Amino acid sequence: MKLKSLTMAATVAVAAFSVAGVAHARDQISIVGSSTVFPYTQAVSEQFANETGSPAPVVESTGTGGGMKIFCGGVGAEHPDLTGASRAMKASEYEACQANGVKSVTEVLIGYDGLSIAVSREGKALDLTKKHLYLALAKDVVVDGKFVPNPNKKWSDVDSSLPDTEITVFGPPPTSGTRDAFVELVMREGCKEFDIVKAMEKADMKKACSPMRTDGPFIEAGENDNLIVQRLEADPNAYGIFGYSFLYENQDKLQGIAVEGVTPSTETIADGSYKVSRPLFFYVKNAHRGVIPGLNEFVAEYVSEDAMGDGGYLSERGLIPLSAEKREEVRKAATEGADMTAPK
Amino acid sequence: MSDTTAQSGKPKERAWYEPDAKLSRRHAADRRLRIYGIAAIVFALSMLATLVGTIAITAAPAVTQTMVTLEVEVPEGAVDPSDPRGGSYQKILNESVARIFPEVDTPRELRELRQIFSNGGQYALRDKVVADPSLIGRTFEITFPLSDIGDQLHKGEIDRNLPPDYRRVSDQQIGWYDRLVAQDRISAPFNWGLIFNADSRFPELAGLWGALVGSFYALLICFLVSFPVGISAAVYLEEFAPKNRLTDLIEVNINNLAAVPSIVFGLLGLAVFLNFFGMPRSAPIVGGLVLSLMTLPTIIIATRAALKAVPPSIREAAIGVGASKMQTVGHHVLPLAMPGILTGTIIGLAQALGETAPLLLIGMNAFITAAPDSMFNPSTALPTQIYIWADSPERGFTSRTSAAIIVLLGFLVCMNAIAIYMRKRFERRW
Repeated sequence: MKLKSLTMAATVAVAAFSVAGVAHARDQISIVGSSTVFPYTQAVSEQFANETGSPAPVVESTGTGGGMKIFCGGVGAEHPDLTGASRAMKASEYEACQANGVKSVTEVLIGYDGLSIAVSREGKALDLTKKHLYLALAKDVVVDGKFVPNPNKKWSDVDSSLPDTEITVFGPPPTSGTRDAFVELVMREGCKEFDIVKAMEKADMKKACSPMRTDGPFIEAGENDNLIVQRLEADPNAYGIFGYSFLYENQDKLQGIAVEGVTPSTETIADGSYKVSRPLFFYVKNAHRGVIPGLNEFVAEYVSEDAMGDGGYLSERGLIPLSAEKREEVRKAATEGADMTAPK
Repeated sequence: MSDTTAQSGKPKERAWYEPDAKLSRRHAADRRLRIYGIAAIVFALSMLATLVGTIAITAAPAVTQTMVTLEVEVPEGAVDPSDPRGGSYQKILNESVARIFPEVDTPRELRELRQIFSNGGQYALRDKVVADPSLIGRTFEITFPLSDIGDQLHKGEIDRNLPPDYRRVSDQQIGWYDRLVAQDRISAPFNWGLIFNADSRFPELAGLWGALVGSFYALLICFLVSFPVGISAAVYLEEFAPKNRLTDLIEVNINNLAAVPSIVFGLLGLAVFLNFFGMPRSAPIVGGLVLSLMTLPTIIIATRAALKAVPPSIREAAIGVGASKMQTVGHHVLPLAMPGILTGTIIGLAQALGETAPLLLIGMNAFITAAPDSMFNPSTALPTQIYIWADSPERGFTSRTSAAIIVLLGFLVCMNAIAIYMRKRFERRW
């Protein structure tokens, strides 16, 4: 009998918990999104919680695409209020948002983030151009005015000035925003230097230039950039692609590769001379403003001069600040909750 | 030659114990088998030792945390005694740092100087003043962590002989740090923060408290759900259910369920608990429910085995003196089977404690700077905290990741030890 009543009690208790769980409203901000924006959002959340004494926001690193999917799931306490993105929202994602009732979204550009290509300190520091990288890493490359499957196995096949070593490059998987940015900033740019590509329509160009090779030299290394760092340490001939903060933290083991003659550093990324940097965004669900406590204050903290300004605490984590006028403009849009326009 | 052959043609008398080729072959095979067995064990143990050894070595720096002690003066006007939270403590702290380094005045140098000290200093000062407002207007000492780079300097993880652009600290920062050491302001006590702080983006402030509380709540829910349900199911199947096709099918399915990859349970949890019931994301209650689905088959199988081990004579005796089926099971069989059931449960829970995959899907891998107040508040769990730290760029997290692994392993070893103790203590031989 004792056992029976215990079982009953436990079952009832659990049932009560579940019901309470459904009815439980949210008093902290919920954030999802890109793993690149994650450290910046972490910084703002911690600052926000410490300064205001409000419940700490919950920040989940889901990747840009995954974040958009959850963010656009609907309006209500069970859906997140903010999502970080290492690229702008795609048209398909915007439509998904609209279809699920997430009508009003504010897009906030927070700054730029450098993408670096690095090699072990024992390895050879190359001086690459975007064209070199395209020829080394694309699935199909232009040879004699035609697209052919990439024949280059060694760096010297790409350009005779480069060393006679096998091409081995670790990079992010297709689900990663870092990968999208690398393709857009490096691969397509390098591809466009060929005359045949210049004549193409934009959509055709994207289709022809974007795929990365899958025959070995380019290795998808998963989302964990620390793993890429370890593999570069172990193999001096291997190169890796990741966010600049990982290079910055591992300067004793890794060196940056110059792209178009400029090596990545805090200075060269900030003054714009290092060309491989991408915009970072976050998106706010305006229907949640005023409903979720602290959301407006959190957004205000994010776009404050202390955070995203010159020498602000986000720049200490590696974010490249926007220009002063642009910051002013972003701040105004973010605090007023201006609707974003549909992406094309 | 021929007659010798004839003579020895008669088979030689042999002692029964004299080894022939076949026997020594069999002995050799026997020895080989033993050697293979020993080699396998040595291999497994050396792997384990390498694993634990590397983790322990990597974790060693996280055992202590480098702290700095400063004299701080909180002037009367700087903090409002009626609202001590609102003071600008960073400014107060900067002033006391400036007293030690009066020559540092350019903004760039000041920024570099601040990088040695943890950002948590201002909050440590604030909490101290809030706890004791009588400190306003007085000068007192405060001890707070150095930043990640200061900590690494102290532990010798930054090689000072490297050229400056190979390391994260400038020569000037090393000089400042050395002056703090010369003034005897640096200490390295045991890193209690690693256990009692919640997560932080700064390695020197990050701790496991949020994860420990989250794991505790998740396991509590897991136990409350899977233990009664598992026992009820097992008792029914073992003691009451008729043996037919249907119960056979159920049995096969329970055994299969125990082998289902845990990520599948995570997907199920995401679809059912989050999307259908609308329960809160990242909450330990959802984590606990998902883990309980995973633990259920283990508990059912262990309970059935324990019930089977109770000899039929006990049941027959109970029924013989007029007990009902219910009384037989409730008063005799189940109590006798309890040690086995508890052992199975603890092993199931230990497995659940170390499980990561299902928790990732329901969002328990979030960054939260406060421990949860209840099982409905978002939190992380130990394995997901390890997952987050392993992904962080800051160097300080490398040792903390390993330290967190050691803490998790410690809990697992404790739980398994309890299970072994209970088995030894309460085991009955019939």
